[in-house]
Amino acid sequence: MNFDIPIDQWVTNFVDFLLEYGQSFFDILSIALETLTFGIEDSLMFPPPWLLIILLTGLAAWRTNWRFAVFTLASLMLIIGMDLWQETVATLALVMAATLVSLSIGIPLGILAAYKDWFERIIRPVLDLMQTMPAFVYLIPAAMFFGLGQVPGVVATIIFSMPPVVRLTNLGIRQVPKDLLEAGLAFGCTSWQLLRKVQFPAARPSIMAGINQTIMLALSMVVIASMIGAGGLGDTVLRGIQRLDVGLGFEGGLGVVILAIILDRITQSFGNNGIRR
Amino acid sequence: MSAHLILENISKVFGLNVEAGLEALRQGKSKTEMLESSAHVLGVRDINLQIERGELFVIMGLSGSGKSTLVRMINRLIDPSAGRVLVDDVDVTAMSNHELIEVRRRKISMVFQSFALLPHLSIIENVAFGLHIAGVEKKQAMERARQALKLVGISEVADHRPDQLSGGMQQRVGLARAWVTESEIMLMDEAFSALDPLIRTEMQDALLALQQSAKRTIVFISHDLAEAVRIADRIAVMAEGEIRQVGTPTEIIENPADDYVRAFFRDVQFSRLFTAGDIAMPGVTPGAIPGTKSSMLEPVSATDLLEDILPRAAETEESLPVADTQGNIMGFIDRTRLLEVLARGRVK
Ligand SMILES: Nc1ncnc2c1ncn2[C@@H]1O[C@H](COP(=O)(O)OP(=O)(O)O)[C@@H](O)[C@H]1O
Ligand SMILES: [Mg+2]
Repeated sequence: MNFDIPIDQWVTNFVDFLLEYGQSFFDILSIALETLTFGIEDSLMFPPPWLLIILLTGLAAWRTNWRFAVFTLASLMLIIGMDLWQETVATLALVMAATLVSLSIGIPLGILAAYKDWFERIIRPVLDLMQTMPAFVYLIPAAMFFGLGQVPGVVATIIFSMPPVVRLTNLGIRQVPKDLLEAGLAFGCTSWQLLRKVQFPAARPSIMAGINQTIMLALSMVVIASMIGAGGLGDTVLRGIQRLDVGLGFEGGLGVVILAIILDRITQSFGNNGIRR
Repeated sequence: MSAHLILENISKVFGLNVEAGLEALRQGKSKTEMLESSAHVLGVRDINLQIERGELFVIMGLSGSGKSTLVRMINRLIDPSAGRVLVDDVDVTAMSNHELIEVRRRKISMVFQSFALLPHLSIIENVAFGLHIAGVEKKQAMERARQALKLVGISEVADHRPDQLSGGMQQRVGLARAWVTESEIMLMDEAFSALDPLIRTEMQDALLALQQSAKRTIVFISHDLAEAVRIADRIAVMAEGEIRQVGTPTEIIENPADDYVRAFFRDVQFSRLFTAGDIAMPGVTPGAIPGTKSSMLEPVSATDLLEDILPRAAETEESLPVADTQGNIMGFIDRTRLLEVLARGRVK
């Protein structure tokens, strides 16, 4: 048997079509994302590094314990010692911008999926596709629509990192015990009050787990996005590979790991229903 | 004046085609027949009840007899397939969503078997939940919640979380949450069934004490015979979605409507149901002065089960003084009284 289904051709045509007719839309989107990303990066770079380090250490001490606060302090000092502060902040800004957008789209989608079975049936395969598609694939259309640099990096990251928060918001809200819903209704909640005062808080551990996973995926994608010029720690790793400089690559990788551990622990601490430790 | 809460020809059929289900119901098919012939589940069939203001009305029946379905149709957590619910002569079943929400906020509250406390709120915030939802100003809501916590005797845990409390304590919170809204009607679906027997009796006493302080109309669901007889003004006995008999505990025990009800009540042991305090009559016995610790005969404790005071009653011709938990004489029990209660369960 020998027949050819030209999916590659279709996708190319579709992207061409979007490029031709959606250019102004992508331009506006591009400006918005650029403003967001640079805004975050600038405000993180504005204070001296030691101030940011103290703030992060304080946050770690408040949300976790003193041991992790010490780790945070020491590992951030290490980053300064490796002369990777600027790259780390750039990566952090990209992650924050992408996560912000991911959550503000993903959480409402998750809520909708929990309320409407038909929407869950539609979105489930889409999410599966988004998550199983190799991350690199997103880089190509992102670069075509938004050129090279931070913005396409953020776009690819948003798409790649959104599925967990949609999934776990949906799951969390669906799993709220029936008796809590009955209690809410019996005391006269409107549908909006039921969502705000009962379903959302009761689903909070699950939603926070989703947010945590989204942030972790965003971080991993940001590193990959350096291939289309997103900069930051990924760029350091990339240069290490290109020059076969093991030391440089390792330093970049270490920076990513440190960032990952700090973000992971701190976001996890918000998941346990507001009860600390 | 008509009754506070009236259920008129209320039926509920679960299934895809409610019309067909109702038709089967009109033809008088039994619950099993309906399930076999048309795959409809009969929830409740053609219920008529009149519940008076301030009454503690117990609905009892075996699991699956339709009690939860019935009580949920009063505040429309479940919509009836047919029939009307009237509160103060106003038809709840005809209300818009907006009106229904108002009724739930102001007129009907609910206590759940599983407590259903919100895990992310502190105890006091849980108690204030209904007020908060109804838009009561925060400071005032907290003050009222604090009062209600005091009323159910657990002020000290106001700032705890629900999962730090025992089952009995959690249900006190559930009780306070419903009581604090000052709703005239309180629905309690097996509210005490998940608790240990000893705690359950305590909670029944707590409820009766609340009911003494301010009369509310309470619809109390139970599958526990002892509980029903102990607290009810009137009891409705349900089976297979229908009401078999309505009456005071004594009426039902003395005159069961059918064999089902008779079998249901056959095993009541009043000697284990009531305490000396439950049946003590006010008044003076020779040598005992009410409200003091002074008595000739050694008093029995108000918390003793009748079973435990029988030997004492056998020993003496005199009435037995009953002492409350402080040791003060609160009343007495004579032989006639004791025998009457043991034979017929007549308490009130
Ligand atoms: N949502 C539902 N769908 C279908 N059948 C139901 C539903 N809710 C209750 N039933 C059925 O209605 C009958 C009465 O149930 P319920 O009111 O919960 O009884 P009880 O509270 O007395 O144990 C049972 O046969 C039960 O299976
Ligand atoms: Mg039930």
